Amino acid sequence: MLKQTDYISKNYDKPDSFKLALYEASGGYRAARKALAMPREAVVEEVKKAHIRGRGGAGFDCGTKWSFMPKESKKPHYLVVNADEGEPGTIKDRTIMERNPHLLIEGCIIGCHAIGANVCYIYVRHELHLAKERLWGAIAEAKAKGYLGERPLGKAFPIEIYVHTGAGAYICGEETALLNSLEGKRGEPRLKPPFPAQAGAFGCPTSVNNVETVAAVTLALELGGDAFSRLSALHEFNDGGVRLYGVSGHVKRPGVYEAAVGLTLRELIYDLGGGILGDRPMLGVIPGGSSCPILLPDELVHVPGDARFAPYEGKSVLDLPMGVDTMRNVGTMLGTCCAIVLSDEADPVLACRNLMAFYKHESCGQCTPCREGCGWLDGILDKIVAGKASLEELDLISEVASNVSGNTICAFGDGMAGPMLAFVRKFRGAFEDYILNGGQHQTRRLAL
Amino acid sequence: MAFSLDAEREQELSRILARYPNKQAACIPMLHLCQSANGNWLSDEVIGFVAERLDLSTAHVKGVVTFYSLLNDKPTGQHQLWVCRTLSCALRGSGDILSHCEKRLKIHAGETTADGNVTLQTAECLAACAGAPMLQVDQTYHENLTLEAVDAILDRLTQRG
Ligand SMILES: Cc1cc2nc3c(=O)[nH]c(=O)nc-3n(C[C@H](O)[C@H](O)[C@H](O)COP(=O)(O)O)c2cc1C
Ligand code: SF4
Ligand code: FES
Repeated sequence: MLKQTDYISKNYDKPDSFKLALYEASGGYRAARKALAMPREAVVEEVKKAHIRGRGGAGFDCGTKWSFMPKESKKPHYLVVNADEGEPGTIKDRTIMERNPHLLIEGCIIGCHAIGANVCYIYVRHELHLAKERLWGAIAEAKAKGYLGERPLGKAFPIEIYVHTGAGAYICGEETALLNSLEGKRGEPRLKPPFPAQAGAFGCPTSVNNVETVAAVTLALELGGDAFSRLSALHEFNDGGVRLYGVSGHVKRPGVYEAAVGLTLRELIYDLGGGILGDRPMLGVIPGGSSCPILLPDELVHVPGDARFAPYEGKSVLDLPMGVDTMRNVGTMLGTCCAIVLSDEADPVLACRNLMAFYKHESCGQCTPCREGCGWLDGILDKIVAGKASLEELDLISEVASNVSGNTICAFGDGMAGPMLAFVRKFRGAFEDYILNGGQHQTRRLAL
Repeated sequence: MAFSLDAEREQELSRILARYPNKQAACIPMLHLCQSANGNWLSDEVIGFVAERLDLSTAHVKGVVTFYSLLNDKPTGQHQLWVCRTLSCALRGSGDILSHCEKRLKIHAGETTADGNVTLQTAECLAACAGAPMLQVDQTYHENLTLEAVDAILDRLTQRG
């Protein structure tokens, strides 16, 4: 097994892990000192070398994103940290904010310098009260020490960090919806372009980055970009460093674990997660939050023509190192790297319906295919479970879902449709069983 | 009496306003502030107050309030109980947790107890899936629930009234 690491989580279990004293005792704020003594462009170059793929779900390279920020501009720049953590199954950012908030605050200071921002907003979902409290506490401690404010760490470049809060809407995790919400509007995604680097918060150049991405920047500056990247098993995929892995559902030890990028699903589920409840076989795993299509254990890696995949060719997808580009090549996504595991006693139809109800509830309703599609799919799934649907309606699921993909303002549509298509394709027999037998013979349940 | 904020909350509002380049951005934080000062909901009067202080139209503020599930445009219970219903929790028995709460409180999800004490609702994933099944009472998370643990939580809630 790839070794577990503790760059992010080494103090997680200590009672004072969120305090500045402990953070500094283990080397805290050295990276920010180093970064603020470097020219802005050099910091971005260092972050590029670290190959930090966005930890919020899309996997875009952080250094590259920062290099899109204008060099000179008359308008202020903003760093906006996405701490909306609402993707079902995702449990990692909360641990950083609650148990190592200074790692994030230090990353914000470095990030502000790198993109020329004097102000950083951390957009935390409202329900995470402890996270907000810990972040405000960390900001106050950093400020008292002169790490923030008019002359952060002595540099004549003012930096302020503020915690901003949402009010309960999953869609506000989408970066442009988040910016609207930050501006005091309804959290509806914006059409792109313009991209946030051109016109983001308050019409100004903005970089939106996930909590864990920004925390990783601190580590990259501390260790050096290249050294950080090489901690990963997927360095040659330009997918660097260490990250947090979550695992929940039918495993014995659900939790958040830190390891190098490139852990396999098997290692996550069986070694870290302790295996399936009751030592049952696995039905499937949703690798990185509910918007990633489910994988079955008997699916095999088949990526001809890419030498980097040769070692895994013909092996179970569970044995493929998890990375942004590796998972994309097996019909799913790495997403937030927090897996939801289903035992073979779980009912895939009920699981699918559970997620569809989530998407129906959370669609912002701006795009007709998404709004109407969510309603249709939710309705059909209810009918299927009630044993009142026809086989034609099962095919309608695929038709409606396919029609959503690519026809919407934001990626919510694809994040809903992809998993629905995968459920119906991979568990067709279970859906037909409900339709043909009225759900009478179902012995599988949702909860075990 | 017209709605207003006490001195402490006025101070907090000034701190909030100082964070942003315009007043509109203070909208959601100010709505939270006013909601907590107004028995956990936002009446038309409160919405008007926010609109006026932030130089926004009431239509804008109303539009914001109706968009977000944690901004209440109707009176609600003194305590909020949210049971997470999403997949990781469902796989670990959130269905039973919810039925148990419904039975004990004698209400369905979405309703408030007759004495106005508790509003029971389902929540979508609260980023605590490793502690499934879980629920939230006001500002506190309760994870790895058993029916006994739920009973203890409900006992405390219904006793403190
Ligand atoms: C519907 C939807 C919800 C999202 N929710 C989150 C979220 O809660 N947290 C997050 O960091 N990114 C979320 N994202 C991704 C953001 O749009 C954006 O890609 C990310 O914040 C960029 O940061 P990163 O490059 O560091 O990953 C979501 C995207 C979509 C389409
Ligand atoms: S795809 Fe759905 S969530 Fe995204 S903007 Fe359109 S309607 Fe809203
Ligand atoms: S599914 Fe309940 S906390 Fe995530």
